Formats: sequence, C-alpha cells, structure tokens
Amino acid sequence: MTSIVPKEQSSESTKDLSTEEHEDFRLFGLIAFLIADGMTFAGFFAAYLTFKAVNPIGPDAVYELELPLPTLNTVLLLLSSFTFHRAGKFLEKNQSKECQKWLLITGSLGLAFLISQMFEYFTLPFGLTDNLFASTFYALTGFHGLHVTLGSIMIMIIWWQTRVPSGRVNNENKFPFEAVELYWHFVDGIWVVLFIILYLL
Amino acid sequence: MTISLKPGNTPPEKLQPTGWLKYLSFSLDHKVIGLQYLVCGFFFYLIGGSLAGAIRVELTSPLSDFMPREVYNQVLTLHGTIMIFLWIVPVVNGAFGNYLIPFYVGARDMAFPRLNAVAFWLIPPSGLMLITSYFINGAAQSGWTAYPPLSITTPAAGQIIWILSVLLLGGSSIFGGINFIATILKLRRPGLKLMQLPMYCWAMLGTSILVVLSTPVLAGTLILLSFDIVAHTGFFNPSLGGNVIVYQHLFWFYSHPAVYIMVLPAFGLVSEILPIHSRKPLFGYTTMVFSIMGIVVLGLVVWAHHMFTSGTPPWMRLFFTIATAFIAVPTGIKFFNWVATLWGGKISLNAAMLFSCGFIINFVLGGITGVALAQVPFDVHVHDTYFVVAHFHYIVYGGSVFVIFSSIYHWFPKFTGKMLNENLGRFHFIITFIGFNLCFAPQHWLGLNGMPRRVAEYDPQFQLINQISSVGALLMALSTLPFLWNILQSILYGDEAGDNPWNALTPEWLTSSPPPVENWEGEAPLVLEPYGYGEKDSTKTQEQLK
Ligand code: HEM
Ligand SMILES: [Cu+2]
Repeated sequence: MTSIVPKEQSSESTKDLSTEEHEDFRLFGLIAFLIADGMTFAGFFAAYLTFKAVNPIGPDAVYELELPLPTLNTVLLLLSSFTFHRAGKFLEKNQSKECQKWLLITGSLGLAFLISQMFEYFTLPFGLTDNLFASTFYALTGFHGLHVTLGSIMIMIIWWQTRVPSGRVNNENKFPFEAVELYWHFVDGIWVVLFIILYLL
Repeated sequence: MTISLKPGNTPPEKLQPTGWLKYLSFSLDHKVIGLQYLVCGFFFYLIGGSLAGAIRVELTSPLSDFMPREVYNQVLTLHGTIMIFLWIVPVVNGAFGNYLIPFYVGARDMAFPRLNAVAFWLIPPSGLMLITSYFINGAAQSGWTAYPPLSITTPAAGQIIWILSVLLLGGSSIFGGINFIATILKLRRPGLKLMQLPMYCWAMLGTSILVVLSTPVLAGTLILLSFDIVAHTGFFNPSLGGNVIVYQHLFWFYSHPAVYIMVLPAFGLVSEILPIHSRKPLFGYTTMVFSIMGIVVLGLVVWAHHMFTSGTPPWMRLFFTIATAFIAVPTGIKFFNWVATLWGGKISLNAAMLFSCGFIINFVLGGITGVALAQVPFDVHVHDTYFVVAHFHYIVYGGSVFVIFSSIYHWFPKFTGKMLNENLGRFHFIITFIGFNLCFAPQHWLGLNGMPRRVAEYDPQFQLINQISSVGALLMALSTLPFLWNILQSILYGDEAGDNPWNALTPEWLTSSPPPVENWEGEAPLVLEPYGYGEKDSTKTQEQLK
C-alpha cells in the first residue's frame, strides 16, 4: 500500500509556494477571466453576424459608415498597447519615473479613444433604436467602450501605485501591473476584431 | 507583501468568527463557504419544491381552478429558475467543489478566497430578489428559458428582476469556475500529478471550462434582452425586425452545457462514493478522464437539438442529431465504469450507496429518452409535451438531486463529526425513489399522448395519470421530513463519527472531522492512489494503512 507517503519523506515538498509560482496561478485565473470576457464578445459578434446575414437592413443599405474616426481609434489603441509595453520595460529596470511617464501616455491614449468614440456617436446619423443594425452597433461598441473605460481607470490606479518610494507596484511586485497590461492588450485585440467585423465587412 | 497574497496560507480574517456564527459571516474558509452554499441551496430547494407542489396540486384537475393562469405561469417560471440556478448549480459545484477541491489538491484554501466568498454572497440576495418579484409587480411568466417575444411583451418589472438575478447568479458561477480552474491546475501540492487527482477534480475542471465558455454568452444574451425590454431595441422582437431564433441559439449555447454543469459534478461525486462503499478501485480511471473531456467538447456543439421545431434547416438538424448521439458514447463509458466498479465489490448498502445506485438507474432511463429526443422525427412529435418534462426531471432530479443526497449522507460525518442514522437514511431513499418514479415515469405516457407542457388546463382524459403523478410528488415532499429530522437529530445527538468512518483513502478523510481551519494539523498528506482499495485492506483501519 503505497498510496500515502509518510510524513517524513515529503517534508520539503510542502513548503509554501514561492512568489514566482504564486504569480503563475494568479495569471491563470486572469486568463480564465479574459476567456470568459472574450466569450461575451463572441456571443455579441455571433448575434451581429447572424442579424446581418438573415436581416440585412441597416446603415449599409441606407447610409455608409464613416471610416476616419474608427481608423483613428484603431491607431490610438494600438499605440497605447505599445506605450504600455514601454512602461513595463522601464518598470523592469526600476526606472519608475520613466515608467510612470509611459503609463500616463497610455492612459491619455485610452481617454482620447473614448472622446473620439463619443464624437463618433454624436456624428452618426442613426440612434440606438432606429433599426437592428443600429442597435447591435451601439451594443457592441458601447460594451467595448465600457471595457476601455474600466481599463483606463485601472491604468490610472497602476500609475499611482508605481510611485517611488511609497507606491505598492514595483519590480518585486509586478503582478498588478502585468495583469492590467494583459487586460489592456486583450481590449485592444477585441477592438481590432470589432473594427474588422463592424466597419470593414 | 500582505499575507492574503500567499496561497495555501490562511488570511487572518478567516480566524475571526467562531462557532456557528461564522456561517453567517463573510468567511474566507473554503469549508465554511462550501457549507454556506449547501445550506443556502437547500433553503431554496424547499421553496422551489413547494412551488412544484403547487403546480402538482393545480394539475390534479383538468381546469385551472387552484390558481389563475398567469399565476400558474409565474409559479412555473420561479420553480424552474430556482431549481436550476439556486439549487442544483450552486450545490453540485459551489458546495461540494469548495469543500472538497482544496483537500483533493492538497491546498489549504482555494486559489482566490475573497473571490470565492464574493461568489457565494451574490447568491442569497439575488435569490431573494427573484422571489420577492412575485409580490412586487408579478414575477416573470415566460418560463426559465425566457423566450422572446413572450418575455418582451409580458409585464416588464418581473422579467427585468428575473434577468438581473440570473445575471448575478451567472456572475457567481463564473467567479467560481475561474477559482476552480486556477486551484486545480496550479495549486496542486508538489509531487501530485494531474492523473493522480480524485475524479471529482476532473469533473470540476471540465465543468468549470464549460462555465467559463458558456455562461458569459448567456449574460450577453440577457443584456440584449433587457435592452429590448427597457430601451425598446429590436434584437429579438420580430415586429421591430429582430430575430427570435438568434435568441434561441445564444440561449441554448449556454443552456445545453448547463445540463452538464449540473450533471458532470454529480458524475464526479458518484465516482468518489462508489469505490469507498464497495471497497474496490475506481474502474478505468483514464477512460473516465477522457470521457469527461469528451463530454465537455461535445456538450459545446449540440445546443441546437433544442431547436428542431424552430425552423432549423435540414443540414443543421442532421449535424446536431449526430453530435448528440455521439455524447451517448462517453456517457455510456462512464456508466459501464461505475457498474464495473461495483461488480464483485464488498458493497455496503448504506444510504449514500443507495442514492448513488438510484442515480445510476434513473440516469440511464433519462439518458435513453434523451437519445430518443435527439432523433428529429420523434422530437417533432413530443416537443413541448410532458415527455420532455419527464426526460429532464429524470436527468436533473433522478440524476443530480439523488447525487446531492448521496453526497450529504457520505460527507456529513466529515462536515460535522457526527454520524447520520442509516435506517432513517434508507427509509428516506425508498420513499424518494418510489415517489420520484411514480411522479415522473407516467409523464412519459402523458407526453406521448399529447399533453402539452406549461399549461394549467388539459384534456380530461389525462386526469387520472396526472393524479398519480401528483401522488408521487406528495411522496417526494414527505420524504424530505425524515431527511430533515435525521440531520437535526444527528447534529444534536448523533454518534461521534471519528476521523474516517468509511476507511476511505481520499485526502479529506485523512484529517480530523470536522477539519481544522488550515485543513491539516501539520502538513498535507500526499495521496497518490486515492482509490487503492482491495480485498485485503477493506478490513484495515486507517491507522494500519498509515
Ligand atoms: C420536487 C420534485 C419536482 C416536481 C414535483 C416537479 C414538477 C414540475 C412540474 C409539474 C413542472 C411543469 C412542467 C411544465 O408544465 O412544463 C416542472 C417544470 C420544471 N422543473 Fe420541476 N419538479 C420537481 C423538481 C425539479 C428539480 C429538482 C429541478 C432541477 C433542475 C426542476 C426543474 C424544472 C424545470 C427547469 C422546469 C421547467 C420550467 C419551465 O418550463 O420554465 N424540477 N417541474
Ligand atoms: Cu441539450
């Protein structure tokens, strides 16, 4: 009967997990969360595409969607993914002033995206309840905008927390930073898909 | 670094409330949270059961004389919603998952204790909200499926409350799922491999994957539905150019997997109980693992078998029929593995074992009618009749609820340190089993002969069978009494259970009953063969095994 290993033999293996392994499992939880979040979008996309396939009344038929603003938005978000990455590099080198600068730029880009999306909403010639396309359009972009809003808030929190000496996020405790970064890249990725499906298809 | 960030370490708050008061507090202890889920779930089961009783009373006569039609619809909707979202899902996942999984992976707590507590505390308020909606402005009337256009056109208040509470409950189960995935995959005690985990871990891993992939789709769908109700958008409203079929696809993309969210954990629990009470190793561990994963994958691609009568095109019907039939393969494998586990074992027919065996029998019957329903011509004939009602009650009641009772009999000594009365338990089983079959077996006949579901009035020719069914329901209701009495008696005056009354090898039994806050005094045991039973050791005590 070897099913239970006696206590003496196994003592070294019960030590508490090291910080590294520990971050590993939090990352796992985060990824599971992002998959769940992504599935919400997947459901919305599927609904939108089916509506479009079976019931093609929408601005496409009546009016064209303008491209300049959403293209600008795409550029803003992709840029912000890059600047977030830069901030991470500086965090690793313990240069928290530089890191904070890049985080601030990232946050501002998120804010710029939101302002530009507002602007787009005001210039669009259709409202939420005008037709099926309009409703799905606003539901999708609105839900994504909500994600950008939350992300921007979290970036600002991280920015506050990377201060030296009193901030709580630094090279030793990087996980909050990495978590927000992963979330932000995820939101950007969703936008690219959304841009292609909504504006280009 | 704060202490709460260290996994496997107890956050200090966990130690604060003591005695039974800790069950009413925001405790972070996975064992407390597990029991909170269990008791809260049982509370809602009593409410949902009373509603079922009301439905059965109404159906003893062909006229709608006991309650008006809208009330019948509200009661029906509340019954279905409560039973699914507030009883089975939270209990087979939340209650037993939280209690057992940390033991099984050799951890001192779940990966995210705070998230865990939040996930539980979302449940009581949303459940109460759902029920009070009945008194405020009339509860939702469109059944637990909330199909539009009915759900858009009936009075809005109840439907909106329904949506809100289902969204909160969905959020709770997503948080739970994330927690289980991280705990099972990443919190395992060093030296313990995935293929050495008890089967319930695998079942919970599969279930959590389903939860994470499908529940968010339901959430999105319900958000769109609430837009239709509040903002008068037209996503699912045909008169505004919307499409109800899209709702059905999205809804069933969640709700078919939801069946497995209710029944896969039950599979896992049965796989823990059978080997212990028959003193034999679990038969075919590896095939069990693969069949769980097979069910997960297939479960995600068969949703449209609920929509054969919704104008689905023929290629779709063919695809979904075949995919559904394939699910019978992994399910059948599991069935044969359980039977093989029992075969030639030293079976003790205690209450836990009886309920598990009852589960196997009921589940086979429910499975057979399920495969029948996947055949389009047959489904077109019995769709939305009592045949379907009979089928899914064989699965959810005969399957999951039987397993919940079995698990309570099995783990009660661990939860409380007291033994339950076996004779009362066997008595409980016999009445439940008879009542259950008396209630739901005749409904197959009703359905085949064309009695539609979700109606308060029916053709008088069905009266006798309906009355038989109601008698069965009465028996089931009565069977709760010996159960509750047994629990009460045992908590107050029960025999001391000792640490390991069943001589089991799974890790939760290798600590005291009830276990200490940190799960083990000293370090966690490393159990590499959770099913290492055999002829010889069946007489050995746990001391000798060590
Ligand atoms: C206590 C024993 C139970 C009895 C006597 C009972 C009885 C009934 C009856 C008569 C209906 C109406 C069927 C119709 O007209 O469509 C019904 C519906 C339903 N029951 Fe039960 N039931 C019981 C337990 C459960 C359990 C444990 C579940 C767990 C999931 C459950 C889930 C449902 C669902 C989902 C519906 C459909 C509701 C709807 O169509 O919106 N029932 N039940
Ligand atoms: Cu199904």
